[in-house]
Amino acid sequence: MDGIHDMGGMHGFGKVEPEPDEPVFHAEWEGHALAITRAMGYTGVWTIDQTRAGIEELPPDVYLSSSYYKKWALRLENLVLALGLAGADELKVGHASRPGKALKRKLTVADVPASLTRGSFARPAPSPALFKPGDRVRTKNIHPATHTRLPRYARGRTGVIEALRGCHVFPDTVAIGNGENPQWLYTVLFEGRELWGDSAEPSLKVSIEAFEPYLEPA
Amino acid sequence: MQLRVRALETVLAEKGYIEPAAINAIIEAYETKVGPHIGARVVAKAWSDPAFKRALIADASQAVLALGLLNRVGDHLIAVENTPELHNMIVCTLCSCYPWEVLGLPPVWYKSAPYRSRAVSDPRGVLNDFGVLLPAGTGIRVWDSTAETRFIVLPMPPAGTAGWSEEKLATLVTRDCMIGTGLPKEASEVA
Repeated sequence: MDGIHDMGGMHGFGKVEPEPDEPVFHAEWEGHALAITRAMGYTGVWTIDQTRAGIEELPPDVYLSSSYYKKWALRLENLVLALGLAGADELKVGHASRPGKALKRKLTVADVPASLTRGSFARPAPSPALFKPGDRVRTKNIHPATHTRLPRYARGRTGVIEALRGCHVFPDTVAIGNGENPQWLYTVLFEGRELWGDSAEPSLKVSIEAFEPYLEPA
Repeated sequence: MQLRVRALETVLAEKGYIEPAAINAIIEAYETKVGPHIGARVVAKAWSDPAFKRALIADASQAVLALGLLNRVGDHLIAVENTPELHNMIVCTLCSCYPWEVLGLPPVWYKSAPYRSRAVSDPRGVLNDFGVLLPAGTGIRVWDSTAETRFIVLPMPPAGTAGWSEEKLATLVTRDCMIGTGLPKEASEVA
């Protein structure tokens, strides 16, 4: 999706402003928005890529004007409503008036330490990898209207395979409910000037983590 | 947002989807247990133990697990090493991918539009925003975390720290130096 979330290379956002002694959360609800999202993810109702798509699908003006955890809270509401897990009437009054759906599992206190570990997205490879380190590749010039992890600034660019990172769940299909469709993942290295032209400093190098369907031989 | 998120949590708990005690346990873990102190121990160990450093560069997930600081480490943690010729910087231009297990939750600036937009095109300018001036001869390599691989920067040890204990070395390691937007503290800052 060519959305506002795909920010690499954009101008006009100003300086980076680090916050000295930044707290983990800036308001109590921020921690809750994060933890509810994690706990609902644990039930298996949605995948990490569906949640990423849920942020990307927020209207651009909302995306830009909302804090990080506000986006998480808005996404939670949207996903809960879209999946029929609760009704807008219930969220409005803050109480359930109907029983919940049966979900696969529920996060308990005892499960919390293990749930803090990142999930594994590696999967058995359905076929051998097409590329190997050192191969020159070109990223495809694709513009899917749905979730993808190929950023705009790195489309139609020539780079070199630096490393093979295993075979993983393919975000582009899992996010739209078309299955895990495992794909080989590569670190692809680009010269800065291939991405940005002469405005890049000559020594700059940038890599992305690219799934095989994003790539063609160059 | 406080009332809105509370309403959501109450409804989801009443529906039987979530357990409020587990919600509180997650929040407590991120506020008190998971944070850059874990990554700092990893870096300090790599500075003082060449065999561990080799293992970390070869497979950071396995190496960090073997260190025993965490019960489990997710797949595909990758450590990238700074040298006098090369400075590494980590970003997620598309969202907020970050090595949570070893650095905790990302700071606001990491998730902000200014960082995500400029880190890939003008990393030296971004470093200037952080007050970091690299030698002109040091090239910059930016890693855009666009998949489920996660990156941590292994900075160079500051001068004058030979023979320091791992515990003391860890006090030099800032969160930002493990993202690549900072450098470790100087030995004189913690002596």
